[in-house]
Amino acid sequence: MAELTYRDAIARGIAQEMRRDPSIVLLGEDVAAAGGVFKTTVGLLDEFGPTRVRDTPISEQAILGAAMGAAMTGLRPVAEIMFSDFFAVCWDIVANQIAKTRYMTNGQISLPLVIKSGNGGGLRFGAQHSQDIANWAMAIPGLKVVAPSTPRDMVGLMAAAIRDPDPVLVLEAKGLYAARADVPDNEIVDELGSARVLREGDDATLLALGLMVPRALAAADRLAGSGIRVTVVDVRSLVPLDTATILDAFSRTGRLFTVEENPRLCGWGAEIVSIIAEERFTDLDGPLIRITTPHVPLPAADALEDAALPDADRIAETVAEHLERG
Amino acid sequence: MTTTDAGPGTSSIEEMTRIAIYRQMVQMRGLEKRAHDLFLQNLVKGTSHLSIGQEAIAAAFGAAMRPGDYTFATYRGHAHTLARGVPMAEVLAELMGKANGLLGGKGGSMHLTSVDHGMMGSYAIVGAHLPIALGAAWSAQYRGTDQVAVCFFGDGATNIGAFHEALNLAVVWKLPVVFVCENNAYMEYTPIATVTAVARPAADRASAYNLQSIVVDGNDPDEVYQTATTALASARSGAGPSLIQADTYRHGGHSRADPGKYRPAEEVAAWLQRDPIPTYRARLLDSGVAEQTLKDIEDQSAAAVEEATSIARNGIQPDAAAVTKDVWADGSATWRN
Repeated sequence: MAELTYRDAIARGIAQEMRRDPSIVLLGEDVAAAGGVFKTTVGLLDEFGPTRVRDTPISEQAILGAAMGAAMTGLRPVAEIMFSDFFAVCWDIVANQIAKTRYMTNGQISLPLVIKSGNGGGLRFGAQHSQDIANWAMAIPGLKVVAPSTPRDMVGLMAAAIRDPDPVLVLEAKGLYAARADVPDNEIVDELGSARVLREGDDATLLALGLMVPRALAAADRLAGSGIRVTVVDVRSLVPLDTATILDAFSRTGRLFTVEENPRLCGWGAEIVSIIAEERFTDLDGPLIRITTPHVPLPAADALEDAALPDADRIAETVAEHLERG
Repeated sequence: MTTTDAGPGTSSIEEMTRIAIYRQMVQMRGLEKRAHDLFLQNLVKGTSHLSIGQEAIAAAFGAAMRPGDYTFATYRGHAHTLARGVPMAEVLAELMGKANGLLGGKGGSMHLTSVDHGMMGSYAIVGAHLPIALGAAWSAQYRGTDQVAVCFFGDGATNIGAFHEALNLAVVWKLPVVFVCENNAYMEYTPIATVTAVARPAADRASAYNLQSIVVDGNDPDEVYQTATTALASARSGAGPSLIQADTYRHGGHSRADPGKYRPAEEVAAWLQRDPIPTYRARLLDSGVAEQTLKDIEDQSAAAVEEATSIARNGIQPDAAAVTKDVWADGSATWRN
């Protein structure tokens, strides 16, 4: 057992898999010599060498095109898009090419590739380097999407993503890069499509993802101080979505709050709320409440970004207020 | 910067190869004419983009490539698919949306793919496949094979960002990829010259990527074959990518919906004089190939088109269950438990 940061866990997960399988290669801007602008790939060039760990130009289409072409011909590439906002300049390769090719070719082409990307807010970067694009990614048939919230989950989900035969987008919460936690020393391989119940309580269920997970847990602590006991579920994987765990956790409490970093419209919570409305209507003890960033681009200033993103206070207050209303 | 003009010197090309190229062109023409007839009968739906007039490039490259090489083509990809040996019937059935189509009806005209034949896909977003082809070339280099990726695209793709990103990275990584610009002078309906900063849309960009400017007569199968052979050998030897501009002309419009009326009549007439099939036929006769040999090829091709049409017409409609198959590698479209 060793204490690792979330950013170190990324390199740890990739290294664990690269040691096992020589067909795994890594490419992206600044990922090799510099170890990543967020230091998520430190040590990989030294250990695996320049033919497996490659710096690229600032050419996002070329990065993801290279990953796709390599994946269809026998490699298992891990490509980095530095900030997830930059998906907007290579979304054709993601949405039209990578996601659709297996289907369009009637299953002829497999694309075992991973795209890792720094996602979301909390670092005061402003609107073009801070948004949570989970809702974009989730909307695309053919793309799997995971968003780990702890160093241990990062190792395990990165490994699972690399081993998966389909394209997987790993969203790294930028606001969690410096977070630390103990991680077992042994090989860790998680399962895509599995949510995790982090805490149990009978009064309400909170679903959270990525950066919102520690905030939901902090909110649960505060609520406990005033006698409100909540279940907290880390959704972890948007596609596939572990509706079994999520619906079960909801039905035990009859009340649901989603905690989403994405702007309001079409967030992942909306999908879950609609599933509950269709399938668990009779278990409802009150309205389904979504706690999200307002439907705005993310502002830069400390005070403004903090006001935009859901935090523990806002989560706890929203939950308490709605439970009081009954 | 130099311009390579391979010229019509044909002595080094074996007669068998030249006859194979001729056969391939005749088959491509025959199949695409039939596809057009079937559109008019509303038996082929959606859209389709024909290569009629441009066959020499696909056919000559097809003859020069090895079985393990990779083809990346565009939505105008019927000819490139046939060039790798994919059966006509499967292509036609795919155009007709039948279960026995190459993609079971899920792709259609613009996405013809046959991995078993090295046909790694037809890509319908202009320029998108240049970076993908470089990825396949990267994989070949990494795995230490001598495979080459050949990426065909139109003149219009030279003005899109992916073209430039791909050329730069392919050169920097010295990848075994051959980029082939089929310059038919029109970017859909607009003359490429009116929207491009340089006169030769691909060749005049080559120097920016430390590549030779190579222009070939894309209607001359011998010239294309020789240039292809040189570029493929160069890629196989580890010398990195090539960019070839092959000048050609499509006899019809951009797509099914386009009669191509924007082109001056005298321009069309001049290019019809340079139709690669009759001109190559005449050249083969001149060089001693028997008339009967060519006649046999034409007859066999016509019969093959008839047979393919019959197989495609007799194909059944795809089962609706296919809609939710093959999103994922496990064959399913399941996104939740």
